[in-house]
Amino acid sequence: MAATLLAAAVKSVAGSESGVARVVNKLPQARTNVSANERWLSLIAGGTVAGLCLSGRTPPLLSTILGTGLIYRAMTGNCVLYQALGVSTADSTRPQSAIAAGHGTRVDHAVIVNRPASEVYEFWRDLENLPRFMTHLVDVDTTTDGRSHWVAKGPLGLKAEWDAEIVTDVPNKLIAWKSLDGADVDTAGSVHFTELPGDHGTEVRVELKYDPPAGKLGTAVAKLVGRSPEEQVKADMRRFKQIMEAGEVPTTQGQPHGQR
Amino acid sequence: MKALCWRGKKDVAVERVPDPKILNSRDAIIRVTTTAICGSDLHLYDGYIPTMKAGDILGHEFMGEVVETGRDVTGLQPGDRVVVPFTIACGGCFFCKKQLYSACDNSNTKPELAEAVYGYSGSGLFGYSHMMGGYAGGQAEYVRVPFADIGPCKVPSHLSDEQVLFLTDIFPTGYMAAENCNIEPGDTVAVWGCGPVGLFCIKSAFLLGAARVIAIDDVEGRLKKAREDCGAETVNFSRVDLLRTLDEMTAGRGPDSCIDAVGLEAHGTGVAGIYDRVKTAAYMATDRPTALRMAIMACRKGGTVSIPGVYGGLLDKLPMGAAFSKGLTFKMGQTHVHKYLKPLMGRIERGEIDPSFVITHRYKLADAARAYAEFSTQKDECVKVVLKP
Repeated sequence: MAATLLAAAVKSVAGSESGVARVVNKLPQARTNVSANERWLSLIAGGTVAGLCLSGRTPPLLSTILGTGLIYRAMTGNCVLYQALGVSTADSTRPQSAIAAGHGTRVDHAVIVNRPASEVYEFWRDLENLPRFMTHLVDVDTTTDGRSHWVAKGPLGLKAEWDAEIVTDVPNKLIAWKSLDGADVDTAGSVHFTELPGDHGTEVRVELKYDPPAGKLGTAVAKLVGRSPEEQVKADMRRFKQIMEAGEVPTTQGQPHGQR
Repeated sequence: MKALCWRGKKDVAVERVPDPKILNSRDAIIRVTTTAICGSDLHLYDGYIPTMKAGDILGHEFMGEVVETGRDVTGLQPGDRVVVPFTIACGGCFFCKKQLYSACDNSNTKPELAEAVYGYSGSGLFGYSHMMGGYAGGQAEYVRVPFADIGPCKVPSHLSDEQVLFLTDIFPTGYMAAENCNIEPGDTVAVWGCGPVGLFCIKSAFLLGAARVIAIDDVEGRLKKAREDCGAETVNFSRVDLLRTLDEMTAGRGPDSCIDAVGLEAHGTGVAGIYDRVKTAAYMATDRPTALRMAIMACRKGGTVSIPGVYGGLLDKLPMGAAFSKGLTFKMGQTHVHKYLKPLMGRIERGEIDPSFVITHRYKLADAARAYAEFSTQKDECVKVVLKP
């Protein structure tokens, strides 16, 4: 199986019009954003992992996920994480999508905020505001070089930390960021602001991706984003909207009640 | 402080609880001077509303004196005398800006629950279940009011508490229901239910230009109030063939608009009434829409059915064929109280209406449990109860 897949991958990277390649090319939103050299490297790495898996020298599940991912990257020239970031190492002038479907934990959610796009953008652009509505974040510190240090809550009182940088910044329209090398969690995110016609407010569409390495924090990271990342992001965005529109997050915590 | 707490079905009690505190910067704390029991509080009392917890403080019709304000509350000072809308609205969202305050996007702290049931969540309400935000209510000595720069409306000193208290809910509710009828000069309006909201529907319909109002109930004491205090013609539906009577009273045309001020606990008669009671008891339907069915059947072609009565779930055997063939308009929903406060305060000041006419009983807050029991069982004399902390 691994050998067949590898053969198909070699053909696709080499440019052969194999059946597998044709099928893969039809995958939605999988754009080429990985350069030719990187695709060969991915193929070699993926093949090596697949080989190790066949030889029984590494845990099979881990190698299968990692190997398949790398081979997919090589075959399609699409790196999901790159696409999430809106970055590309391929020679392409095509516009970059902010996030693609893919593996890892990816969540997208949109709300309409009844404020001008400029105001909503400004609030988000100050990344230090994010912990006010993203409750899994403890702190975000921005530094003068455009980078930021993020601290997030993990299970059992653990903390995950990473440095990040803004990779795309189109005032009043788009902000995209990604974590840098050495992160406890590989993360990327983008948020699009679209002013709606009339007095209909600003559509805020956020796309977040946590790409946990299969390292020591793998399990912790899976829990980090909660059992239902969709629910978490939805609640975060609800708080964001409340802060923008009402200036506060409504609460009943601390109000009196009778005997429960 | 003392507060009236829900304990379970048909079980409420005045308990000692901690005083409320400012929790957000747009909060105010109000010392309650007068509060009331609403007909919809009886839905809670009777256990019809889900997501109640023992210990929840009830009450959404209250007024009083501002004692403390959060740092972002503008236009309100300690010492101000205010009435407070029962709906909680942020003032900044799309819906608040359109004056659809009871559809506020932000004030419900637990919108997931309403979204699961209705697809969308309305605004938070005081003292009306956790599905509506879980806010502590105002049948208490003190109450915390969120978004106090938007909701509370100052009261001129020459008006008494009892004259303005019902601006918090039932007067605007009756008024909006009548406004929803798009009344034109000479119109006949039929009102099902002569409880407090129904009585305000009658008064409001006349204020808005109706020539005739026909009030429908089966409680003689309430029909008397509709006749004597509000100037309505009355029909006791338990004694006549209602549809035929309405048809005759309007010479075959039907009322121009029909208001269902009854809602989900309608006491139907005959086979249909028994059928509804069995179905709701077996959880095969949640609401008993007897009044609504009649309103649809009675309304004239091209007329409006306006529904201030509360519905919570699924209705059975609604005559949609009649509604369609007559081209009826339906208008309904929680009241956008904030929108009506100032205009209706103006009507009270000008002497066009004195809302205190609905009050039949006055109790001390300490006796609130007895007041609930009386209100729920003695509908004949007991129309509206006010409580004094």
